[in-house]
Amino acid sequence: MFAPLVSSKLMIVLVFGTLFGLILGVLPGLGPTTGGALILPFTMTLDPLSAIVLLTAIYCAGTYGGAITAILINTPGTPAAAATCLDGYPLAQKGEAGRALGMATVSSTIGGIFSVIVLVFFAPLLAQLAYEFGQPEYFALAIFGLTMLASIGEGSPIKNLIAGAFGILISTIGKDFMTSIDRFTYGINELSVGIGFIPVVVGLFAISEMLTQSTLLDQIFKRVALKAVKLPSLLDYKKTWKTILRSSGIGSFIGVLPAEGGTVASLIGYSEAKRWSKNPKEFGKGSVEGIAGAEAANNAATGGAMVPTLALGIPGSATTAVILTGLIIHGVRPGPDLFREQPEFLYGIFGSMLIANILFFVFGFFGAKIFARITLVPNKLLWPMIFTVSVCGIYSLNQSMLDVWIMLLFGVIGFFMRRYGFSVVPVIIGLILGELVEGTLRQSLVIFEGNWLQFLTRPIVVMFFVLSLIALIFPLIRKKKTR
Amino acid sequence: MNNVQKQKRANKSLPFFFKDEFKVSFIIIFVSTILLISTFTFDIVPPILNRGIQPATFPKALLVIIISLTLVVFYLSIKKPWKIEKKLPRTFFLTLLNFILFVIVSKTLDFFLAIALLSVLVSYFWGERRILYLILVSIIFPIIVFIFFETILGLRFPPGIITNIYYQV
Repeated sequence: MFAPLVSSKLMIVLVFGTLFGLILGVLPGLGPTTGGALILPFTMTLDPLSAIVLLTAIYCAGTYGGAITAILINTPGTPAAAATCLDGYPLAQKGEAGRALGMATVSSTIGGIFSVIVLVFFAPLLAQLAYEFGQPEYFALAIFGLTMLASIGEGSPIKNLIAGAFGILISTIGKDFMTSIDRFTYGINELSVGIGFIPVVVGLFAISEMLTQSTLLDQIFKRVALKAVKLPSLLDYKKTWKTILRSSGIGSFIGVLPAEGGTVASLIGYSEAKRWSKNPKEFGKGSVEGIAGAEAANNAATGGAMVPTLALGIPGSATTAVILTGLIIHGVRPGPDLFREQPEFLYGIFGSMLIANILFFVFGFFGAKIFARITLVPNKLLWPMIFTVSVCGIYSLNQSMLDVWIMLLFGVIGFFMRRYGFSVVPVIIGLILGELVEGTLRQSLVIFEGNWLQFLTRPIVVMFFVLSLIALIFPLIRKKKTR
Repeated sequence: MNNVQKQKRANKSLPFFFKDEFKVSFIIIFVSTILLISTFTFDIVPPILNRGIQPATFPKALLVIIISLTLVVFYLSIKKPWKIEKKLPRTFFLTLLNFILFVIVSKTLDFFLAIALLSVLVSYFWGERRILYLILVSIIFPIIVFIFFETILGLRFPPGIITNIYYQV
């Protein structure tokens, strides 16, 4: 598994990716999705394996990095660290910031490594299963992925579905890939190739966050001082080992589900930790079990989310959608054939994720204090710099100013979407699945000679349709239960 | 009475067309309807080329779904009004205005000049007053990025009054 990584260049890329991921995770508003999208143009100078190793290292480390800010300033560096705030910050306020960060670091690392093991075993199995899939099965799978958007955690289920449909709609802009008929191009030639994924991602995440930050200038963060990160004590391990293992399992499972990611995983990991705890009353007041439950789950989702991404080409989360784009840009087509034709490439990804988890443990343990200082960079300097990198990076993709305008437009759209409770993640998932949904639907209808009912004659398709129905109904049941 | 209750009560007293839920739903439905109408202008392919469905069918279906779901969201908001969002501050509009300025300057004068201008203005409007930092953000950092993209990625930036000097056009 590590043989493809025995190269000084790859190791440098891995170390850089981990450090960069940590910085992105620490900075509120940024994160592995935005960071991955921003760094994508730079990966063009790298070979495909180095590029993907860089992106996966950013993903693993960025997911953990969010915990540092969650614990020290009560602001999640990434959405996946939101549940960590609930107990991390109260514990830090009690003067135990080092203990809180130590628990977050250990549980994140265990969760991350657990999920890589899941990835190594399950991705090839899923890929094997995918050999049985024809166009109708892929269509049903993509529909299942889209309906999962209803329960991604942020926003209302219906608003998420609207955002997902909006994402698919964007994917229809340009020449129809089957008939070459122009759709929504309005005479703009550059639009006939469609709207690029990266300008939309950077717009929806980075630029909209810049606009959001412009409304929060009067916000004052209360930082808790950190002396040093402490490894959890034996008593802490005794208290949390079951929680860590449970959350690792939950996180990996949630990650495997299309479109779900670390945010949902950490929320479920946290609530399950509370449910099974002997001291549920401690939760919200600085429980180490709460930190362990949330952190193990969100990092376990990283490996889990890579399973459908690599085996089926269906992203398991917003960040894996960026990694998927990276794979495609570098000429690597995810799916069952990848497992048969380029196993070394996959071993490289598996190995790099494992090493990244160990690296962020080392960097987090010894460098959390330094990373925490990054939050001191004032927004009035940070965001203009991010704007410069975004604009240049987006222009460099196709040397097209239209991509820059699209990025800005989606920045404004993303800001208002978030303001009125529409999550932007479904747009990204919809955009990346759009072509698959339409393509497989139309090809299926060709196979079925236009008879829609033929879909119901295929057992796998029926199974995915039933799962889709459950995915649509589940959020409503959950809402009723919560009431 | 807590703040949430106060906000909800304030929201209820507004006429429906002033409420956020109406404005947002109206904009989504209005834009979707225009797009839906425009799908009727898409070319129709003859049956021999038509693979399963016409090119306009899929976007039409999506737009109908968006409109229907938006109507559901609006209906639900009548029962349970959205919380009133805080008024947007001046800095938001200034940042937005800078984006427009960026588009105008990069189209008419120079891409890098536009970046420098946006950086210095955003930084200034967000409260930075130290000259050295303003220079760092608007001149030094963009130059580093420019050189990086130019030399390492071999990228050629769009022509303009500053980039032309660099490229010696």
